[in-house]
Amino acid sequence: MTLDRRQFLKGAAFSGAAGAATVATGGEAAAVMRPPLDMPEKAIGMLYDSALCIGCKACVDACKSANGMPAEIPSTLAAWNENTWDTGESLSGKTLNVIKVFRSGTAKQKDAEDNGYAFVKRHCLHCVDPSCISVCPVTAMQKDPETGVVTHDPDRCIGCRYCVYGCPFGVPQFDVSDPYGRIQKCQFCNHLLKEGKIPACCDVCPTGASLFGPVVELQGEIDRRLAAEPGTNFVFPRGEIGSDRPPHEQAVPRYKKAVYGLTEAGGTQVRYLAGVPFTSLGLPAVGDISYARLAEGVQHTVYKWMLAPIIGLVGLVFLVRRNAADKSGSEDQA
Amino acid sequence: MAHTAHRLARAVITPTTIVLAVIVAIAVYFIVQRYLYGLGAVTNINPGYPWGTWVVVDIVIGTALGCGGFAMALLVYVFNRGEYHPLVRPALLGALFGYTLGGFAVLFDLGRYWQAYNLVLPWYTNLNSVMVEIALCVMAYILVLWIEFSPTVLERFGWSGLRRFVERWMFVVLALGVLLPTMHQSSLGSALLVMGTKLSPLWFTVWLPLLYVTSALAMGYAIVIFEATVVSESFDLPSEHSLLSKMSTVVGGLAAAWLVFRYGELIWRGDFGYALVGDLKAVMFWIENLLMAFAAIVLLVPAGRASKRASFLAAVALLLSGSLYRLDSYLVGYDPVGNWHYFPSVPELMVTIGVIALEILLFLIFIKAFPVLANARPAARNA
Repeated sequence: MTLDRRQFLKGAAFSGAAGAATVATGGEAAAVMRPPLDMPEKAIGMLYDSALCIGCKACVDACKSANGMPAEIPSTLAAWNENTWDTGESLSGKTLNVIKVFRSGTAKQKDAEDNGYAFVKRHCLHCVDPSCISVCPVTAMQKDPETGVVTHDPDRCIGCRYCVYGCPFGVPQFDVSDPYGRIQKCQFCNHLLKEGKIPACCDVCPTGASLFGPVVELQGEIDRRLAAEPGTNFVFPRGEIGSDRPPHEQAVPRYKKAVYGLTEAGGTQVRYLAGVPFTSLGLPAVGDISYARLAEGVQHTVYKWMLAPIIGLVGLVFLVRRNAADKSGSEDQA
Repeated sequence: MAHTAHRLARAVITPTTIVLAVIVAIAVYFIVQRYLYGLGAVTNINPGYPWGTWVVVDIVIGTALGCGGFAMALLVYVFNRGEYHPLVRPALLGALFGYTLGGFAVLFDLGRYWQAYNLVLPWYTNLNSVMVEIALCVMAYILVLWIEFSPTVLERFGWSGLRRFVERWMFVVLALGVLLPTMHQSSLGSALLVMGTKLSPLWFTVWLPLLYVTSALAMGYAIVIFEATVVSESFDLPSEHSLLSKMSTVVGGLAAAWLVFRYGELIWRGDFGYALVGDLKAVMFWIENLLMAFAAIVLLVPAGRASKRASFLAAVALLLSGSLYRLDSYLVGYDPVGNWHYFPSVPELMVTIGVIALEILLFLIFIKAFPVLANARPAARNA
């Protein structure tokens, strides 16, 4: 199943209520912003369906193995966890992918806002217009022009951590406990993609809560799930959309009629469905535009062709030369 | 209006310089720890607050406090106010160390410092990155400051040939010395534009670069008032107050214009309500602005700028206001993703204080070693 751009935009309008974002500046901000970037045609992505997730953390384990990341044991748990159980609580320099849980009241009912619980998977969302790439002074963050995967090159990185500061989703991490640390983030198992495989988390997910595939096809699947009547039987693909893996059948959950990642920060290639509000899951309300557009728009307006600085310098040289000459009687000029 | 500058004929080793040197030594100890055991061993930075005082105080605030050279060059050489020339050399000296050590302190903070040279490799440069502009521009300006200051050193050693050569071309360097700070001080504001919804609307505006560069300029004049007053008082030198008092209208006007623009823009964009909610952000916003308003009023009222004490306090208020504005926009007004908090650790603060102590220490050594001060009497009193 494929969607053309018009259908895709229709989907956008349908779920646009997800984040009614306002640009926190006046009209002049819109005037200087550079145009938004387009998603690559063959962009690949991931659908994480919180309502399908059972919190088994097979994806966390598979991620660690596939990327050679160490187990993480927070100091609060070290007393009883003697390096036997990876218990990272959030993204860190040692954890690229983590399952978190939302709980309210008695936490009896899955995917209920009151007295319920729900899972959420956190990792890089692979923005269409990533702030981390915009801010990086040495181009260590790059977006694959075909797949749209955002990768990081530690051999270029100087460790300034501007990407950590600027990411709207709090994804890139720098391990401050390591004197020779590096930036860590999900790179969509780019090394496995090159071998024709799929990201480890999607590969092992038993319920298809993490689903890999082309973004347009995933968005079609999202629209299909949101359009289905809650409670009716539904066939959920596993692993990779359109693959011959055996699917998973279950009743359609009560989704919130919104998609996280469709418009957030200018759109992302990882998208979320959930039975509870995204803010309850700790997914930040980031607005609908990539603020990289504003930063770059302002810089490239001020520094267009370096014209303003050059004219400024010529004017300053003229004035200073004239004025310094006036003071030629003085002992020194500086 | 010829004038000459002189070396301050005082002992270099004094109780003050010894205390400063001890503080620097403590900082060096923690810097060694940082390189041995990582940033986390010394600082409290975390995934939510990747930048702490080593970035925000040492660099963002530190370079703004080093804008005395920028401010005086603009006044004397661009607006042709030669009467302020006696203030130029000490202002340049303050700027020299504010910038040089701020630039050097980046290396303590960079997580992969051994690859820092990648910043200047053109084939790695990302021209979309605001940080590239800041980094290259600050590096260039540090060089400019050393050239601007070099005649003072050459004069000391009597290398007049080289000095004449430098001075012949000084007008180009002086022009760069006005242009470069305009560029990177505004970019330090532009660096926050990517923050979007993570930064409170009290600080987040497309006009951040303008607010940053104008407040840096005001801080530049304020640091000159501050430094001249402290030096003349502590070394019992003739006061430069009459000159400073004349300059005060410029500083006061700049401070007032900055406030009017900031409030006007905030109200016009409809976000003034954020200043009235009474949370920490709103309180900090008001402290910044009340300090700036105090400085503006004192320096614009004739009785205020006539008083040595009042105008000194106004300069201090302005420096605090500008520093808080930077601290707030980078840290207090910012909401990280997730439940993270940041307050600097003692070792982290000791490094920041050590950098400032080294700046003061080098300033004190240089005014005694080189002809910097116009009011330091020739052939010192005890000679």
